[in-house]
Amino acid sequence: MKLDSHKDLEQKAREIRREIIKMLSISGSGHPGGSLSATDLMVALFYHEMNYNPNEPLWPDRDRFVLSKGHCCPALYAILADLGYFPKEKLKTLRKLNSPLQGHPSYTHIPAVEASTGPLGQGLSVGNGIALAGKLDKKDYHVYVMLGDGEMQEGNVWEAMMTSSHYKTDNLTAIVDYNNLQIDGKVSEVKEVMPLKDKFKSFGWEVFEVNGHKMKDIVKVLGKARKKKGKPSVIIAKTIKGKGVSFMENIVDFHGVTPNEEETAKALKELE
Amino acid sequence: MMDAKATREGYGDGLAELGESRPEVVALDADLAKSTKSINFKEKFPERFFEMGISEQDMVATAAGFALSGKIAYASSFACFITGRAYDQVRTSVCYSNVNVKLVGSHAGLMTGEDGATHQALEDISLMRSLPNMKVIVPGDYFEAKIATKKAAEIPGPVYLRMARAKTPIYFNDDYNFTLGKGVVMESGSDVAIIACGAPLQYAIEAAERLKKDKIDAAVVNMPSIKPLDAKLVSKMATQAGAIVTVEDHSIYGGLGSAVSEVMAEEGLAPVERVGTKDVFGESGKGPELYKKYGLDSDGIINAVKIVMGKRK
Repeated sequence: MKLDSHKDLEQKAREIRREIIKMLSISGSGHPGGSLSATDLMVALFYHEMNYNPNEPLWPDRDRFVLSKGHCCPALYAILADLGYFPKEKLKTLRKLNSPLQGHPSYTHIPAVEASTGPLGQGLSVGNGIALAGKLDKKDYHVYVMLGDGEMQEGNVWEAMMTSSHYKTDNLTAIVDYNNLQIDGKVSEVKEVMPLKDKFKSFGWEVFEVNGHKMKDIVKVLGKARKKKGKPSVIIAKTIKGKGVSFMENIVDFHGVTPNEEETAKALKELE
Repeated sequence: MMDAKATREGYGDGLAELGESRPEVVALDADLAKSTKSINFKEKFPERFFEMGISEQDMVATAAGFALSGKIAYASSFACFITGRAYDQVRTSVCYSNVNVKLVGSHAGLMTGEDGATHQALEDISLMRSLPNMKVIVPGDYFEAKIATKKAAEIPGPVYLRMARAKTPIYFNDDYNFTLGKGVVMESGSDVAIIACGAPLQYAIEAAERLKKDKIDAAVVNMPSIKPLDAKLVSKMATQAGAIVTVEDHSIYGGLGSAVSEVMAEEGLAPVERVGTKDVFGESGKGPELYKKYGLDSDGIINAVKIVMGKRK
């Protein structure tokens, strides 16, 4: 499903956010804050930038999306269901017994989930492996890896950043969902990861910055990152945790707390 | 003197041969290619070899990425690093996704010698054996290592191959048929069964030879496949001999000794005495000196045989 107009993409993002709220409300467990901060970026990827085929999830030439911040899988599940990878009804089974929609995404449960993630820090390495395999096989696919800003505190990420630049994986774009909140508080207070732009640059990366909620700009920067040759690209996307639901925005407690009935109704109304 | 070669050399030679028949094989190493012998593959197939630097976590998760893209990825380092330093990457990116990553841990156990405790993995079998989808292989000689390395490509999903640094005697040849889940009876015997894996196999055979003087008829089993274990053979040996001694260059917690004891606990066939390190770290010294001090040489095995025979029903 390709959407070209920014208005259509923005409308799709509202629909996806509604699904995220509904799923989390039913499951009573999961991570709204980071799912909502990443929604616009993921909608731009799946509905505009990436090549794939829901009828053939393992199509060898597909672009890959690795959700390194695996706890934000409600956003991914809502998109995959909307694209027809599995029935929308399944969204109601999030985190329930015998559901393929595990609390953190599992490759063996859903083939369209490109890698099992959850424990932070591993997705960029996995993405590098996929990108390097693509180069070996002379494939044109592009690999997208979404990281959290708090996740940048994991040592494995920095190892992987060196690997990307050493092997010049220009068929990979990392996206940092920079919402400046993690479980224990502000990223800048828990353990500062800034200046991220300088750090990526000094590690040999091409760095782009964008407002992670401005669809027009996101679409533009994704195109630029894909075209950049000779080095890996990162898009540092400034976002708001809980974006789209007024009472969740920038509230750290909505990292891993789901909305109650009243909050759900209010959120869905705001997202109409 | 019997020919001797290290199991890690078997890995290097096996991987280099495998590269010819399987173009989808890639190899990764973390700045130890000369030690693990993955360098043999690098020299033949430089475009399919990926030097990852001193970054074991990154290496293991990158290997998972290769495997998710249809490759068979062999990732090697020292046993202590690839299983310990990268444990969560092995658990999540490799085992939970159940992908075709073959982890190779070289320089396992006390036989690593002078480098001392930090570099002598004595808990790696235990760590790998407890992970769902993981298979664990500890080859007993150069050829078993070489052939198991090649066979691992045909085993779906994650495999851990444990190699030793030191040269050890050669028992097999290129015609040897390694099968996952199968042990090999090296010597038959009716009084006690010594089940060994890896570098101490030579001392198990030496102990059986020495026990003949005491009129003790000891069987020796080489058990390269720790998971899945050849439980059928273990039970058969227990029934025939009535007592079992396990021997491994590893902690008695969680390795071959535990795996065999689990079978015996379930079936109640014979008492087990475990030879291995007993809740202690290793230390610097020469491999054989350490085996003597920690009771993994033929004296230690004979001592265990006498203890377990006293418990026979």
